[in-house]
Amino acid sequence: MVKIVEKRQLTAITRLYRVEAPLIARAARAGQFVIVRVREGGERIPLTITDYDRDSGLLTIVVQEVGATTRRLGLLEEGEEILDMVGPLGEAPDIPGGGHIVGVGGGYGSAALLCLMRELSNRGEDTTIVMGARSRDLLILSDELAGVCDHLEICTDDGSAGFKGFVTERLQEMIEGQPPGRPDFVIAIGPMPMMRAVEETTRAAGIANVASLDPLMIDGTGMCGGCRVTVGGQVRFACVDGPFFDAHEVDFNEAVQRSKMYVKEEQRAADCQRAAAGAA
Amino acid sequence: MPVKRSDKTPMPHREPALRARDFEEVNEGYCFSHAMFEAERCLRCQDPVCIDGCPVRVPISDFMHAIAAGDMKKAAQLLRTANPLAAICGRVCPQESQCELKCHMSKRFGPVAIGHLERFVSDWEMQQPVEDEPLQPWREEKIAIVGSGPSGLVCAGELARMGYPVTVYEALHAPGGVLRYGIPEFRLPNSILDWEIASLERLGVSFVNNVIIGKTLTLDQLFREMGYAAVFIGTGAGLPKFMGIPGESLNGVYSANEFLTRINLMQAFEFPQAETPLKVGRRVAVIGSGNTAMDAVRSALRLGAERAMVVYRRSEKEMTARIEEYEHAIEEGVEFHWLTNPVEVLGEEGWVTGLKCVKMKLGEPDESGRARPIPIEGSEFVFPVDNVVLSIGTRPNPLLAKATPGLKTHSWGGLLVDERQVETSVHRVYAGGDAVTGAATVILAAGAGKRAAEAIHSDLAADTATA
Ligand SMILES: Cc1cc2nc3c(=O)[nH]c(=O)nc-3n(C[C@H](O)[C@H](O)[C@H](O)COP(=O)(O)OP(=O)(O)OC[C@H]3O[C@@H](n4cnc5c(N)ncnc54)[C@H](O)[C@@H]3O)c2cc1C
Ligand SMILES: Cc1cc2nc3c(=O)[nH]c(=O)nc-3n(C[C@H](O)[C@H](O)[C@H](O)COP(=O)(O)OP(=O)(O)OC[C@H]3O[C@@H](n4cnc5c(N)ncnc54)[C@H](O)[C@@H]3O)c2cc1C
Ligand code: SF4
Ligand code: SF4
Ligand code: FES
Repeated sequence: MVKIVEKRQLTAITRLYRVEAPLIARAARAGQFVIVRVREGGERIPLTITDYDRDSGLLTIVVQEVGATTRRLGLLEEGEEILDMVGPLGEAPDIPGGGHIVGVGGGYGSAALLCLMRELSNRGEDTTIVMGARSRDLLILSDELAGVCDHLEICTDDGSAGFKGFVTERLQEMIEGQPPGRPDFVIAIGPMPMMRAVEETTRAAGIANVASLDPLMIDGTGMCGGCRVTVGGQVRFACVDGPFFDAHEVDFNEAVQRSKMYVKEEQRAADCQRAAAGAA
Repeated sequence: MPVKRSDKTPMPHREPALRARDFEEVNEGYCFSHAMFEAERCLRCQDPVCIDGCPVRVPISDFMHAIAAGDMKKAAQLLRTANPLAAICGRVCPQESQCELKCHMSKRFGPVAIGHLERFVSDWEMQQPVEDEPLQPWREEKIAIVGSGPSGLVCAGELARMGYPVTVYEALHAPGGVLRYGIPEFRLPNSILDWEIASLERLGVSFVNNVIIGKTLTLDQLFREMGYAAVFIGTGAGLPKFMGIPGESLNGVYSANEFLTRINLMQAFEFPQAETPLKVGRRVAVIGSGNTAMDAVRSALRLGAERAMVVYRRSEKEMTARIEEYEHAIEEGVEFHWLTNPVEVLGEEGWVTGLKCVKMKLGEPDESGRARPIPIEGSEFVFPVDNVVLSIGTRPNPLLAKATPGLKTHSWGGLLVDERQVETSVHRVYAGGDAVTGAATVILAAGAGKRAAEAIHSDLAADTATA
């Protein structure tokens, strides 16, 4: 049982939780994740560690509601408990030093960049965060993110804040020399189509790029193989070998295909949950 | 006592047509008269060789005698002292290749049904009111157990009985290891495992779920910060192997571990009330022939598959599953395709549509002593299927060894242990079960847990004596 000590609404469908998880907070490294279960009979879902504080033992997670489990998590209030939380899982990414490191985030991925970019900035790297959303009201944690990097670049599809256009368009401008300058290393965290587009952009420019893959997972310890992804022709388990992989080597077609395995079932679970909520 | 000239008393079981559609236990268990009758078949041999067949040396002839005499309490006590997981082993031990293989009765009649009687006595025991007071540990030295499979459970129980404060750390959200996430309800109901765990809690063992040693806490922290005097590693062999054939990443292909975990740990058979889904189509092919393959293929039937088949590159003779499970699978309508080796999973638009196989013939024995299967040229054919479940073995999970400097393993991943078969390359860190041997059996894991508990006790006593 993990107690929620703070809950903050970031957008209509995104919430931030600070929870008491002292063992995980102590062991956590930027880029790792946890797996949570919200109720008996519930699914186990992976969530990135957005931030951690070893002293207070608090862990921050940011959850975007997309289906039954994330919605159920959204119903939990301050003072209530998350049934199970295990972690930290996965490996922290190995980011080479020196040069201009650019983190590109979309959706919950922007939040996931928080402690990773802070760590890199503290290490003395030249850091930029490029974050994207459809519009201003969907941007998350932009103030906090501004505080952990040298340059924050905001992109919105409708131009309601920052650069008007996709993160990849802004990235392309930077590659071509516009300030804050050409990246030497790119970290992409976000929806699969975004990571894929970022990869195409960096590949064309010959820039190193890692992506944080988010396949379906169960145990998170290497026991089921459900999270397998093909990287450089090799089968890898994202929960133990990842979640960060060389984006240029990832078989994104396969990853996208596998993420759609349960679309119908996810719909049924969501309908069932709504029906139960309606009856209650 | 006169020799009973009769065969082994059959185990009553539910009708195949009924049971193959639900997850209720297949075997119903003996009644009292069955059990007495069967126990009386035991000759109480001068040389009870049956005991040599049992990895933990259950005093079989004594406990048979106790049952025949109607002294259930004594039978239960004899059994539990030798085998703390008797209710489970009675159900899942490969008796035909262990105790019952050796039994003198098996030469002329069937062997004494040692397993069935073990189950009978334990089931009786589970129905008795709990009399013992909960135990409080009386020793100082704290012991940590990593992993709650049979090796960890038995090691914990033995140490608690000796008075040590014991904590079991488990990575998943529920304890039991393979007994929880692997072996299905229809063979081993969770209620039995829950009873075993409750008994351990009464002995003073604490269970902490959701902690991965090597991730959440390191081995070093267990000693230096938390003050444990010894650690037992029973982390099993949970890493699934894949075949490396084309198409293995198609949607609809599962490792048996994933398939069974979704069902047993996550209750996918209650979807959508339980929220973890599982896609079972009309035709399911399971590759492999061990207990895991049988569990997967029979689970597929229970989840509605019309055609559930086992595909194995060797012959029936080389099959490794318990004979009872094989017989039950046949009764339930599972198809067996021997000497058939998958070479490719075929798919359309990302989904499995077929399994391409080649026919095999048996050649000279290989390293394992079993006849080597050789492909017959030009014999390729396709099974149209909706799912493929790979059950071709597992290896020890490298996670803890990777995170622990000094913890040595064999090249195949098994933990290295000393000549006593208990202590690892790290001082006061012990190991047993599948993590040491590779995938084996419940009773071997249980035996290893017991051996480690004894070693921990004597090593700690020696430490105190020299301190
Ligand atoms: C390593 C890792 C880290 C993650 N970190 C976060 C995080 O910090 N915050 C967060 O909100 N989410 C994160 N996710 C995604 C999160 O786990 C899924 O959104 C969640 O499992 C959905 O569960 P659900 O029951 O609510 O929705 P479901 O009913 O399972 O799915 C609803 C919809 O979401 C899509 N979906 C399901 N799983 C994923 C996934 N893994 N990635 C993308 N889309 C998915 C489905 O295709 C479907 O359209 C992470 C995933 C991984 C693997
Ligand atoms: C489907 C299936 C059917 C089987 N059927 C039979 C049968 O009929 N008869 C039989 O005798 N044998 C059977 N076996 C084999 C038997 O179950 C195993 O040999 C036995 O369970 C091994 O026990 P163990 O204690 O070594 O570990 P396991 O049972 O594998 O348990 C290990 C536990 O440790 C946990 N763990 C791993 N790493 C860590 C870590 N770093 N920190 C914390 N926890 C960790 C795991 O989550 C797991 O719960 C079967 C196996 C399977 C998979
Ligand atoms: S524990 Fe297993 S091998 Fe030993 S007597 Fe019982 S059933 Fe036979
Ligand atoms: S060998 Fe068979 S008959 Fe003899 S004591 Fe053992 S169980 Fe009884
Ligand atoms: S989630 Fe099961 S192996 Fe990665």
